Amino acid sequence: MSQRKIRVLVAKPGLDGHDRGAKVIARALRDAGMEVIYTGLRQTPEMIAAAALQEDVDAVGVSILSGAHNTLCPRIVSLLRERGMDDCLVLVGGIVPQEDIARLKEQGIAEIFLPGTSTEDIVAYLRENVRPRV
Amino acid sequence: MPEIKEITSNEQAAVERWEQETLDPVRRQRPERKSHFETVSLEEVNRLYTPADTADIDFENDVSFPGEFPYTRGIHPTGYRGKLWTMRQFAGFGTPEETNARFKYLTQQGQTGLSVAYDLPTLMGYDADSPLSEGEVGKCGVAVSSLADMEVLFDGIPLEQVTVSQTINAPASVLLAMYLVVAENQGADWRKISGTLQNDILKEYIAQKEWIYPIRPAMKLVIDTFEFCTRHVPRYNPVSVSGYHIREAGATALQELAFTLRDGIEYVEWGVRAGLSVDEFVPRISFFFNAHNDFFEEIAKYRAARRIWARVMRERFGAKDPRSLQLRFHTQTAGVSLTVQQPLNNIVRVAIQALAGVLGGTNSLHTDAYDEALALPTDRAALIALRTQQIIAEETGVAHTVDPLGGSYFVESLTKKMEDGSLDYFARIDAMGGMVEAVGKGFPQREIQESAYQYQKAVERGAQTIVGVNKYQMDNSSSDIPTLIIDEGVRDRQVERLQQTRDRRDNGAVANSLEALKRAAQANQNTMPATIEAVRNYATLGEICDALRDVYGLYEEPAF
Repeated sequence: MSQRKIRVLVAKPGLDGHDRGAKVIARALRDAGMEVIYTGLRQTPEMIAAAALQEDVDAVGVSILSGAHNTLCPRIVSLLRERGMDDCLVLVGGIVPQEDIARLKEQGIAEIFLPGTSTEDIVAYLRENVRPRV
Repeated sequence: MPEIKEITSNEQAAVERWEQETLDPVRRQRPERKSHFETVSLEEVNRLYTPADTADIDFENDVSFPGEFPYTRGIHPTGYRGKLWTMRQFAGFGTPEETNARFKYLTQQGQTGLSVAYDLPTLMGYDADSPLSEGEVGKCGVAVSSLADMEVLFDGIPLEQVTVSQTINAPASVLLAMYLVVAENQGADWRKISGTLQNDILKEYIAQKEWIYPIRPAMKLVIDTFEFCTRHVPRYNPVSVSGYHIREAGATALQELAFTLRDGIEYVEWGVRAGLSVDEFVPRISFFFNAHNDFFEEIAKYRAARRIWARVMRERFGAKDPRSLQLRFHTQTAGVSLTVQQPLNNIVRVAIQALAGVLGGTNSLHTDAYDEALALPTDRAALIALRTQQIIAEETGVAHTVDPLGGSYFVESLTKKMEDGSLDYFARIDAMGGMVEAVGKGFPQREIQESAYQYQKAVERGAQTIVGVNKYQMDNSSSDIPTLIIDEGVRDRQVERLQQTRDRRDNGAVANSLEALKRAAQANQNTMPATIEAVRNYATLGEICDALRDVYGLYEEPAF
């Protein structure tokens, strides 16, 4: 049986509307052969976790530029874990100061991609780290 | 005209001679670094520009003199020799007290105008205590939930003397009302106050995506401010038609120019339909452009903007007042070009981008701080950004002469290309029924997304260089600068003031004024008088926007 395609939810939490990054990533992951679901703007952590469960994704990519990452990202992780999605990776892309990175990782964020990251690096990261499913 | 054709063919022959005799032997010996040279917008640039490239440009009609139609060379005959551009740094963070202190600091350092950055809850029309505001209060700008916050923000700043630009869109009419009431309470005469409200809702649907209401009622609110300001605040600019955000979302320079000017045309059409006469309100329409990395492309963009606007206002709308024809604009250096890696390099990028704005004849300028890919700027970073403008203005000599690049074969040719490309976009958008219709169909949104993706691909294959990111990289290069941290206590302090405001005010008067606002909105009357009354009664931003949400509903973006 062949391995199923990697499924990723690209999510935009909080009030910010700057979706250039989220849309570029969504398209790059699609071009790399992954199945991508984009939530649209202004999703609460609850909405994101519900969509992740419903879509049975392997990873959630959270795009956040507004500085609200410390409030919103750990909540997304804990809501996913409450729903039994223990293997679902949560990745963050956006403007995150250095001093927040270690804390976010302790709170279960798998990786943080800062501005300037190549989409190829993100594709490679997902291929290496998503747990294979058949 | 046969005479022009003859000159062209002579000039073309001269170019061919040069290519054969001088260029080709050198190219055979040493090939050029690349087969194609492209701008940051991925537009090809030729090796050389000569009179053959400007043969279809008529100096008298297309370039002309500064202060004269079509204003390609600027709207002031003296350029910056008379008055320098306004140095207007966008600032706002945390509480109104903190931002008020930053305003005073920047003013002491020689800044000549103020510009307010509001936080996301304010931009989206929510109070600091809304559950949706959690984590966002004071983060991207200053938190303002009611007149009480606005009073603190402008404490000790005389609004009759200082020009203030406010970056606010979906709830712009409410923030304008707060501003007018603060001015009134300071004893300022509304007829004398000047300043700018961004209030450009079209580019929100196109690019920045901080909307509240569906597009048509949102446009109606914009027109309400036009009508109100025309009658009562005649020196105030009620809109700053903005390409900045369109560019930041990934548009090319041409798309930024074309969509912004077509947005401007849309506002003029809506204003005329509402019964305003062109020369009554168009002089107070201002513009706002990005200054990105590609130096000459940017300069051409600003020069083309003035020429296109002058022609469109005269030919399409029959404008007669020269002020209706003169495009005035603010410029901000490209936030999207700043890198987290090796952040001090951003000082250099900003200086070059700012220089493009100045050589393009900007009327006011914001220079980004070097730490803005990481956080909002520290005092030190904000100061260097301001000093960059002062160095350009007072040390480099570029402000000594008007439109120094006018007549350059390259710049004039690019300017013409920008104009032609914009007119093509106008024709396509007109064929869709105008900008509101085109936005509803997702046309500019899709064009921008495509450009953003193509640019990302160009960076990843190394066709576009970003120093420190895809070339000349270093490890751990971003951790050596201090950044501004907004403490989580901002929300508590803002919620506390909001609670005090709600306790002190006359809640009956608030409820009545909100009902009056709803009635005005339902009856399709101008909403500004009722908004001002609600603000005077200390109705909060969230309450006022909720009243309008009840009447107008919410915008839902279709999947494009």
